[in-house]
Amino acid sequence: MAGAPGLSTVTVEASDWRDAAQDVAVSGGRLLALWGTGPGTGPYTVRMIVLVPDGAAVFVARAEHGKPAFPGIEDIFPAASRMQRAMRDLNGIETTDPDTRPWLRHAAWSPGTWPLAMRDLPCAPPQPVQNYDFVRVEGDGVHEIAVGPVHAGIIEPGHFRFSVVGEKVLRLEERLGYVHKGIERRFGETPIRAGHRLAARVSGDSAVAYAWAYCQAHEGMTGTRIPDRAAWLRALALELERIANHLGDLGALGNDAGFAFGLSQFLRLKEGVLRASERALGQRYLNDFVVPGGVRTDLTRQGAATLQECTESLGLEVRRLRDIYDEHSGVRDRFLGTGTVMPELATRLGLIGLAGRASGCAFDLRCDLPCEPYAALAPRKCGSTDGDVLARVAIRFDELLESLRLVQVILAHMPPDDPIATLVPDAADGTVGIGLIEGWRGPVAVALEAGPEGTIRRCHPHDPSCNNWPVLEHAIIGNIVPDFPLINKSFNLSYSGHDL
Amino acid sequence: MLKTLRQIARVGIVTETPPAPDEELRVRETLERSIRQMLGRALCIRQVDAGSCNGCELEIHALGNALYNVEALGIRFVASPRHADLLLVTGPVSRHMEVALRRTYDATPDPKLVVAVGDCGACGGVFGEGYASLGAVSNVIPVDVVVPGCPPTPTRLLQGILTAITAPRMASARTPGT
Repeated sequence: MAGAPGLSTVTVEASDWRDAAQDVAVSGGRLLALWGTGPGTGPYTVRMIVLVPDGAAVFVARAEHGKPAFPGIEDIFPAASRMQRAMRDLNGIETTDPDTRPWLRHAAWSPGTWPLAMRDLPCAPPQPVQNYDFVRVEGDGVHEIAVGPVHAGIIEPGHFRFSVVGEKVLRLEERLGYVHKGIERRFGETPIRAGHRLAARVSGDSAVAYAWAYCQAHEGMTGTRIPDRAAWLRALALELERIANHLGDLGALGNDAGFAFGLSQFLRLKEGVLRASERALGQRYLNDFVVPGGVRTDLTRQGAATLQECTESLGLEVRRLRDIYDEHSGVRDRFLGTGTVMPELATRLGLIGLAGRASGCAFDLRCDLPCEPYAALAPRKCGSTDGDVLARVAIRFDELLESLRLVQVILAHMPPDDPIATLVPDAADGTVGIGLIEGWRGPVAVALEAGPEGTIRRCHPHDPSCNNWPVLEHAIIGNIVPDFPLINKSFNLSYSGHDL
Repeated sequence: MLKTLRQIARVGIVTETPPAPDEELRVRETLERSIRQMLGRALCIRQVDAGSCNGCELEIHALGNALYNVEALGIRFVASPRHADLLLVTGPVSRHMEVALRRTYDATPDPKLVVAVGDCGACGGVFGEGYASLGAVSNVIPVDVVVPGCPPTPTRLLQGILTAITAPRMASARTPGT
């Protein structure tokens, strides 16, 4: 398996699937992604990517006797539950786990048809909206609040079912899948050389991370080494994406705590970064910047000066605003102790990425499994063990300032006079590559399998939101309903990246 | 508190001049010309994400920042379609959002305007049409103005919204003659 550095492949029998997962869990590893393939040219196959303390590994198991059934592992990795349900909806692969409710399938396709397992998909007749079997909480004074899919703001759609007593939340259950638009099947209709454009639109806020992960997989399976300058430019784009998103979130978090000043200040700074990106690299959001073999546009000396100036003044402004956030007792009161996920729970549920680092799960691909040029850049890993909204705000401030430093290091040390892209040869039929990139939200994975004549046989993009959505259900327990927007924003998970 | 006030004074007013409407974005002339007279420039918008990748939402958010400052133009984003004059819809419309989008449209009081946002809202974009995607917003509800782009810039979005609420220039020039 080629692509991300430090990635090993382990093939196991389907009957040993649980033992393999158990071994990973015992050694301190956690599940990143799980997905199914087939039946195409081969048998039904299940793969999982796990992050272990000293690297990452891909486990592969093929179904025995052609039966699409595998042992379930949700008791070992709770995050596996929804991934297994999605696999059943899309591929018809069953597991032995008890929750068999559909997850990504609402009404777009009928039970008994599988979008990723059938060449010709019968067009489902229009179906009424199905009732979903939410877990009911019963007791004196318990009532339900149903929210969504269309929310009261400029947000993606999803449904939340709260069971509450008074204003205290006893339980939250999420119902996602509303923005499922068939991305994985769409990859099968896309030439492998054009797939990065679709990958960049899996979750628009993480476009650089996805496009890079896709290209890393593609380049890995074709044995392509991209020019050094291209790798540095990708890192520049990835850090600019992180900076823009963190600025937006810090503003929105202030706003959700009743501090509109924060929103207006941080959105002004974010706009400054987007305009600097446009002047220096040609796009406000760099969703077509990373291309197979390198990047699309070079950074001119003038562009570098623009970014240098932007990041320098930004550092000053961010520190000034952090001071104001820290000293504002009303804001602190809303952030402190709200939506807490203690490290023990975070580890058990497999919280990852930015939210994980705020709850003691100190893993960052840029530090722990660095691809070029992160080994040379040596980013500082930020972390906390408090696990509340305040901790997730603090991590954003820390990472934002670190990214500003990284941008300046990149601008100062980028290899000059190097080409910005190289040719990527054709990928051989059946080769598999996996890309792993630390986006602003957490680790983004893209698993790519080539088909014949420049086609894609299977491409599975994985968003860290899939791992963290179930943890949000725990973070809200015992908090009050009006704090949900704040807690939700402090995670800021992707619906599109989850629903695919 | 003093630091907050000092920061407000230091930044000052950064709002920029809004763009002019652009007739090229208009795809349909609403029969209800009165809507524009009634609204003037006090407009309530309900944004609906009907399946987008969230890229368009980032730029729609930017409309509210101090530089584009749509609130100063009398444009407000509201929490319910029942309070809205205009729906700002991003696509592609997923089949799982089809019912919710239709219901949102029906809940919006007449006369109403619809602006479809982004390449996906315009034609399905990279996602196209498939088992789970219905593509363009106009495949599901009537659309007045389309703002293409991936994502469209805030300036383009604002142009689209202003085009929707101003009378069609061509039509108004033609009317006296007919």
